[in-house]
Amino acid sequence: MDDALVRAGRAVRLVLLVVLALLFLIPFYLLVRDGLASERDITSPEWTFFPRELRWGNVRELFDDPSVPFARSLLNSALIAVATTLGTLLLASLAGYGLARIPYRHANKVFYGILGTLLVPAAVTFVPSFVLVSSLGWISTLRGLIVPTLFSAFACFVFRQYFLGFPRELEDAAQVDGLGYWRTYWLIVVPNARPVFAAVGTIVFLGAWNSFLWPLVIGQDRDAWTVQVALSSFTTSQVVRLHELFMAAAVSILPLLLVFLCFQRWIVAGVERSGID
Amino acid sequence: MRRRRALWFWVFVGPFALGLALFTYVPLLWSVGLSFFDAHNTVTPTHFVGLDNYTAMLGDDAFVDSLKTFLVFTAFIVPTTYVVSLSLALMANRVRWARAFFRSVFFLPAACSYVVAALIWKMSLFNGVRFGLANTVLGWFGTDPLPWLASTDPPWYWLVIVTVRLWLQAGFYMILFLAGLQRIDPALYEAAAVDGARPGWTVLRHITLPQLRATSVAVLLLLVINAFQAFDEFYNLLSDSRGYPPYARPPLVYLYYTALGQGQNLGLGSAGAVILALVIAVVTLGQARWLKLGRTDADG
Repeated sequence: MDDALVRAGRAVRLVLLVVLALLFLIPFYLLVRDGLASERDITSPEWTFFPRELRWGNVRELFDDPSVPFARSLLNSALIAVATTLGTLLLASLAGYGLARIPYRHANKVFYGILGTLLVPAAVTFVPSFVLVSSLGWISTLRGLIVPTLFSAFACFVFRQYFLGFPRELEDAAQVDGLGYWRTYWLIVVPNARPVFAAVGTIVFLGAWNSFLWPLVIGQDRDAWTVQVALSSFTTSQVVRLHELFMAAAVSILPLLLVFLCFQRWIVAGVERSGID
Repeated sequence: MRRRRALWFWVFVGPFALGLALFTYVPLLWSVGLSFFDAHNTVTPTHFVGLDNYTAMLGDDAFVDSLKTFLVFTAFIVPTTYVVSLSLALMANRVRWARAFFRSVFFLPAACSYVVAALIWKMSLFNGVRFGLANTVLGWFGTDPLPWLASTDPPWYWLVIVTVRLWLQAGFYMILFLAGLQRIDPALYEAAAVDGARPGWTVLRHITLPQLRATSVAVLLLLVINAFQAFDEFYNLLSDSRGYPPYARPPLVYLYYTALGQGQNLGLGSAGAVILALVIAVVTLGQARWLKLGRTDADG
């Protein structure tokens, strides 16, 4: 093998990777740049890499602007994302464990009933789900925004796959000690299954924080807006000031970047073991 | 004993199964029911209209166009994302330097929402005025600014729509491919080297791609299913205070305005949702058959 050729190939690949990495980072840079610039800078006819002045005061301006319910929408998003994550983890992990470990005659039928809902793209059901939630009187309530999203067939599926591959010895020992299913689950299984909880939890949190269509449809009052709905309504209106809008968008991804940095390893592990191959 | 186990099974699975039934199966059936009624602004209509909603939807050019829009979008985004994410994985897998850095950079957009990404694309990157970054770059080459999102001839807005999604999701699929690459037995590559196969195209075609078959099938299915859900970027890129332009309306945007817009025509919206669900089922099942889902042998 020609050594020089291999080395040249490696160099080309590295250059290509660096260029692509820069391309992938540009949108993040634009977000921060415009969030810290002045309105005049953003719409200046001469685009410059660095804004002419850095205005950290944009953060305060954003939160002080009475025409923008931004703090409220952040709070709503945080409540919804945390509640959705905890609720999904509890419900889906219990169901996944039951399906994987408790022998029951109709378990397979139940499992296929759950799996079948994965074939119905969630977005297609937004009209019917809106119908249901509105008939319950849950429009513009946190209940309406949280409860219908708690039953993730995907999360249940991941937990089931994980528990199927879980070493049985621990549970057998617990059963010999006289622990029933319930205590075995909480005392033995959960503490030993932390990686899958972290992985599913992160994925659910990202999804809940970023979800748009459902909050748009259900959160109709300004007080029930999530961050995404608030941002979207500013983008499509003419009133809001651009630098505030970009600052709002930058603030909105901060919680996710934190979650992301802390749990990145688990996301990757979770994606890899989500059983889709 | 057996009955006790059944009881415990339902203690664990019951709450989840009940919620799923209530919030997935019930709405679906209700929607099918509504689609046969004249349901303006009400979820308990009394005026039965048979298949009228269906014929109205299928006779509506705007709805049929929205289905076409979505097929064009899928035809663009699925192969593009497949090639880009696979290439990223192949490069990031073999680079010896700063591997974690490259993986993170490509995956980072997954933390961004479509709303935020659409904002950057619409207001900063592909802004139709001169100060947008894309138009600034064009300016360096002496080209006039392009009205990216307002231009239907040529349809530059497709470039904007496709690149947003590509940026947001390529990293996620790259991770799937990386996971698949790690599972390939290194002995296969050694054997190929002994046989004199040159690294590069030959090895990619005869070893890597066949070994990635299962991952590829999963990725393609997920890509198509996700393309069917397209709503966020279309809505946020193209609508403004004046509403939504008549072009590039995927089915979900169309249904959103039909069912929840001014008329609140839930009967019509439900009929549209049922039609869309059927189209999706047919395409997904057809694709699964074409990809021979479930075949695990790797001889490609």
